[in-house]
Amino acid sequence: MKRNERVGENLNQALHRVMESHEDVYLIGEDVLDPYGGAFNITKGLSDRFADRVLTTPISENAILGVANGLALTGNKPIAEMMFGDFITLAFDQIVNFSAKSVSMYGATHPMHLVVRCPVGGRRGYGPTHSQSPQKHFLGVPDLHLFELSPFHDNATVLEGMVELGKPCIFFEDKVLYTERRHQGGPVGDLFSLEFTGEDPFPVARLFIEDTAPELVIVAPGGLAQRAVDAARELFLQHEIACEIYVPSALYPFDAQLLAEPVARAGRVCVVEDAPPGGSWGAEVAHQLYSTCWDSLRAPVRLVHSADSVIPTALHLERDVLVSSESLELALKELAQ
Amino acid sequence: MTLTEQAPSGTAPAPLRDGDLTSLLMIRHFEWKLLDLFAEGKLNGTTHTCLGQEYIPVSLNPLLSAGDFLFSNHRGHGHYLARFADPAGLLAEITGREGAVCGGVGGSQHIFRDTYLSTGIQGESLPVAAGAALHFKRAGLPHVAVVYIGDGTWGEGSVYEALNIARLWELPLLVVVENNGISQTTPGSVNMAGTIAGRARAFDVDHHRVTSNDVRHIRAELAPLIDRVRHQHMPLVVEFDTVRLGPHSKGDDTRPAREIEAARARDWYGALRAEDPERFDRLDQEQRQLIAGVAADVLARPLVAGETA
Ligand SMILES: Cc1ncc(C[n+]2csc(CCOP(=O)(O)OP(=O)(O)O)c2C)c(N)n1
Repeated sequence: MKRNERVGENLNQALHRVMESHEDVYLIGEDVLDPYGGAFNITKGLSDRFADRVLTTPISENAILGVANGLALTGNKPIAEMMFGDFITLAFDQIVNFSAKSVSMYGATHPMHLVVRCPVGGRRGYGPTHSQSPQKHFLGVPDLHLFELSPFHDNATVLEGMVELGKPCIFFEDKVLYTERRHQGGPVGDLFSLEFTGEDPFPVARLFIEDTAPELVIVAPGGLAQRAVDAARELFLQHEIACEIYVPSALYPFDAQLLAEPVARAGRVCVVEDAPPGGSWGAEVAHQLYSTCWDSLRAPVRLVHSADSVIPTALHLERDVLVSSESLELALKELAQ
Repeated sequence: MTLTEQAPSGTAPAPLRDGDLTSLLMIRHFEWKLLDLFAEGKLNGTTHTCLGQEYIPVSLNPLLSAGDFLFSNHRGHGHYLARFADPAGLLAEITGREGAVCGGVGGSQHIFRDTYLSTGIQGESLPVAAGAALHFKRAGLPHVAVVYIGDGTWGEGSVYEALNIARLWELPLLVVVENNGISQTTPGSVNMAGTIAGRARAFDVDHHRVTSNDVRHIRAELAPLIDRVRHQHMPLVVEFDTVRLGPHSKGDDTRPAREIEAARARDWYGALRAEDPERFDRLDQEQRQLIAGVAADVLARPLVAGETA
């Protein structure tokens, strides 16, 4: 791992690696060519190296996924980029009705190697149509797998895993993470040890305080990880409440088995995400935890969401809507009581 | 460029080959049988027959290779049968019996076999076909991606996204439009501004209109054009001016009787019979019996075993 590497650089390198090692991987999206390399520079350098497999498209999200589906159907492994995750709504049909259903609706299993990359989340001031976290809209679609970028996971492994899965994958990438430093080893937030649990290529990152029995378990996807660390750190330093944080790479299908033991031990669990309440990923995780840990839960699973609101553009207004480390800390404190 | 319509040549055509007539009649009797089975309450769900349009896939079949990827739609029995001559597999699929091509999961409008795929979402296949065409071009394969759509499907945005890309990237994409003038119950006059030709022209995509329903004429007309799609990698829209003889699905024909009559007057069935009644009746009888036998056989089979993940 390079020192000081940013998450976005790591993802860019992962794309270089996967295109280098797989002749059948295509990258397709809007404005993905060099020297621009995509709206967030994540595809930088790819078109210079793999000119015939990096395809810049018109503003046609439906057709981007359609072409990707056609490539996957003929045995290729396309990676499609949505410029902003919000725009994936225009490709919903291709993803839900074609990518996912083609795996099984023809009576036998037809592998579909396809990854849709989606920059999501707010905190960049892009406003209501460029800041959403649309993960929930893709939950519970048979054969559709959802993953999230994290500052802990190695993207080369995760990307390779998605490309080889044989089922369509959506990779949600919190856009703030792109410019943040990847975790470099040593304690996270000066306090938490990091280890991975579960299997490669999609293990769960576990952050814990050595020699301390956690009172709370926090489940946070990659985009929320830093805010969870900040909140948990404050909670420990100010109130001596110890938390253990789990950051999964795979959001759906989600396997709560890994959490069963720690949740049972702590008895209290909080699931945090950046989407508004209602039919959310957190609710899905909570349901699984109720099923597996009912007897050992000492409080209802606490869900922390953004507010039931569009995401405003002005920084101070947006701050009131999205999950912050402060609002999360408050919720955790309540839960601990 | 818009290709001009070619007038069917005035000379009497050579007789239709037995194989072509057989294929036309197989599809016709298959569709009639489906409507009968529906009337008898023996079919579940819905189905869309291609009565009147059988000659389109039969015309195209020898112009396409086994490697060409065919994307069919909801009205796809003829597309499938013209390529595979497999009425038993298709009927088993539609009735959920053993021997079903797609295990009974897909049914009438979701079939995948080799390089043939159909799906029930209007317009969805166009960009997918563009992707398959891109694959063929990049891999240096002499194949074409063929997508069948109806006139009503030109209301979908995916059609235009795909046409734009296919022309920009110079893809071997053949769009076959079965323009039967009606979309479920909505006539073209109520759902299409302008014309299909005009829309293709706007994307600088070649367009060719076929008015004949004569397999021989159509082939002669289309062979060089499809060759150009295949070897020069240029998309093409071929619009068939055709008729839907039956209901949209079953018992849902809202057209006035005289319109249905006008459609019937354009049926290929009577015209081909008139050419050689003796041969026609013989092959017609053969196919009627074949399909009756297939139906009896398939409906006596056990239900397909469900395979749950
Ligand atoms: C996206 C979508 N919208 C609506 C339908 C329902 N539907 C099935 S067939 C059909 C009419 C299609 O008309 P056209 O394209 O003209 O083909 P035709 O049925 O005449 O062959 C409609 C509305 C559908 N299957 N998919």
